[in-house]
Amino acid sequence: MTKTATRTWQEVRPQRRAAIPEGLWLRCPGCARMIYRKHLEANLHVCPECHHHYRISAAERVDQLADAGSFNEMFTDLAPADALNFKDLKAYKDRLIAEQIRTGSSDAIKAGRCFIKGRQAMVCCLDLTFMMGSMGSVVGETITRAIEHATPDPALNKPGLPVIIVSCSGGARMQESGLSLMQMAKTSAALARFDDAGGLFISVLTDPTTGGVTASFAMLGDVIFAEPKALVGFAGPRVIQQTIRQELPDGFQRSEFLLKMGLVDRVVHRSNLRTEIARVIDYTGK
Amino acid sequence: MSAFYQLDFEKPLSALEQEIAEAQGRFDREFPSRSPTAGLAPEAALDPLGSVTMLDPQAQRLLARIAELRESHRRQLAEIYGKLTPWQTVRVARHPARPQTRDYIAMIARDFAELHGDRRYGEDPAIVTGFARIGPHKAMIVGHQKGKETAEKIACHFGCAHPEGYRKALAKMELAAKHGVPIVTFVDTPGAYPGLGAEQRGQAEAIAVNMREMSRLPVPIVSVVIGEGGSGGALGIAVADRVAMLQNSWYSVISPEGCAAILWKEANEQTNSAAAQSLRLTARDNLSLGIIDAIIPEPVGGAHRDPRGTADQVRQWIVQSLDELIRKPVQELLDGRYARFRSMGSWLEQAPSAVAADPMPAD
Repeated sequence: MTKTATRTWQEVRPQRRAAIPEGLWLRCPGCARMIYRKHLEANLHVCPECHHHYRISAAERVDQLADAGSFNEMFTDLAPADALNFKDLKAYKDRLIAEQIRTGSSDAIKAGRCFIKGRQAMVCCLDLTFMMGSMGSVVGETITRAIEHATPDPALNKPGLPVIIVSCSGGARMQESGLSLMQMAKTSAALARFDDAGGLFISVLTDPTTGGVTASFAMLGDVIFAEPKALVGFAGPRVIQQTIRQELPDGFQRSEFLLKMGLVDRVVHRSNLRTEIARVIDYTGK
Repeated sequence: MSAFYQLDFEKPLSALEQEIAEAQGRFDREFPSRSPTAGLAPEAALDPLGSVTMLDPQAQRLLARIAELRESHRRQLAEIYGKLTPWQTVRVARHPARPQTRDYIAMIARDFAELHGDRRYGEDPAIVTGFARIGPHKAMIVGHQKGKETAEKIACHFGCAHPEGYRKALAKMELAAKHGVPIVTFVDTPGAYPGLGAEQRGQAEAIAVNMREMSRLPVPIVSVVIGEGGSGGALGIAVADRVAMLQNSWYSVISPEGCAAILWKEANEQTNSAAAQSLRLTARDNLSLGIIDAIIPEPVGGAHRDPRGTADQVRQWIVQSLDELIRKPVQELLDGRYARFRSMGSWLEQAPSAVAADPMPAD
């Protein structure tokens, strides 16, 4: 269902907006200490005192992950459409334009080729700053194209690339309803083909990863890393609390809990992420 | 007819239903030998070539009256069901008397050999699995079960499966695939169970793995949404070559209440209705969005009024779909399944040149 865009970028005035509120000093939500903003940025948006991992945008994530200047963004021609003519308290069309203006991105994902410590990879980063990183058709299509692009094909003498997806998302995007839901099947099916072809997929779970994103590609990694204390789950804590009507245990649905339950391979500090990814790429010979 | 549970939009019919019951009761009392319980339906008695002339005029008048009332009831019912709103459709899809997976198995399958357990953690009654024969085909049936009596409902968590349910489904589907048996799934769930144990045991992983594996199982898979198609919990057994929905079922990324609670900040009759409308969750909407391949019609007044009539339609569609699919070579089947989901979604595509000519303005 491809249509040609009627809007152009000229109508969209981007404003750079970090995931962190403005101000020279900020109070860390982890330890309540005051942190100098420059120090936080230099420390990959991790609190130098308590190692609280701040939420970051896709652009910042790519900057942190890729070797300097190596990121080559792809699939940027995709833009969201409103096939359902969805309207809640606000029309989805208006919501999209507002988000596009606010973030300067066309949807909640950045994808492209880059080098990580000198190893080539296909990287997709979900963007929490755009509609809570929710997966609609554009996110699903971008991830699927990225996976297909990275799938090895001996017939074409195409070696393929390791795929790294950094997830942070509220789940499937309600405003695209059934079409969002189908992105779960689409990305999972693409990963099945990638898997058949012997590709390496490293999934990185960051705060928060929930709903339809967790229940599709995010939990399908050959190797699954999670950032410390990231909220990762299928249902949100509030929904669970309403269902079972009792307090949830401390640390429930956090990375360390998932590690204990055997659902992720490693909890990885943000400063080690590049090293750990490079190491797995080397071990798998990709 | 729905004596215990009545949908609010069916209320206009209740006076009529009562009148029919009264007239019927009178007929039975006054003409016991002619009563339907004696083996003769009033419609049959009215047949001009039949026995109507043998009845006395009073009985004739009463029968005519009953037939008239029934016809009027049928007409009004058809009218109500002809213009159900999406939210009303959701309510029909949840009707407690609506047939469930086990009912369909009883009505359309023969020689059902139920198989239990995921061999890892436990047995989840919210998903029923087993070999069966449907028409000329062998099949592995996999379906959500909501439960009928209170005890069964609780055991099934009202159709909300746990990870062990999804893993059981996959284990049995893999068994079927290994032996070349096609797979038939019945979708009927408000969503996967959102609870402590479900999260601990990897609900998200179970659903994700099911979708990935179903996309490459080398046997035909057909799915029917028979009631509720709630989000990932539904899709976890619905990655199929052909997907159909019953006319009064729904299929969407979230339930109308869930959507209303988040986007309208509160779930009530009005916001639920608005959410159901916006979500485009009816069979017709899903067909137009390219998410399903067919709508299976229900008898007038919904599946709960005529389970057998509904089951016949369901069986026909399944048999016909399997007839087509089993002829396909495996690679063609798998390519078709991949292409089916690959094409889903809606987006705008700017020509790369347009992007280059119209670069994003800098800060």
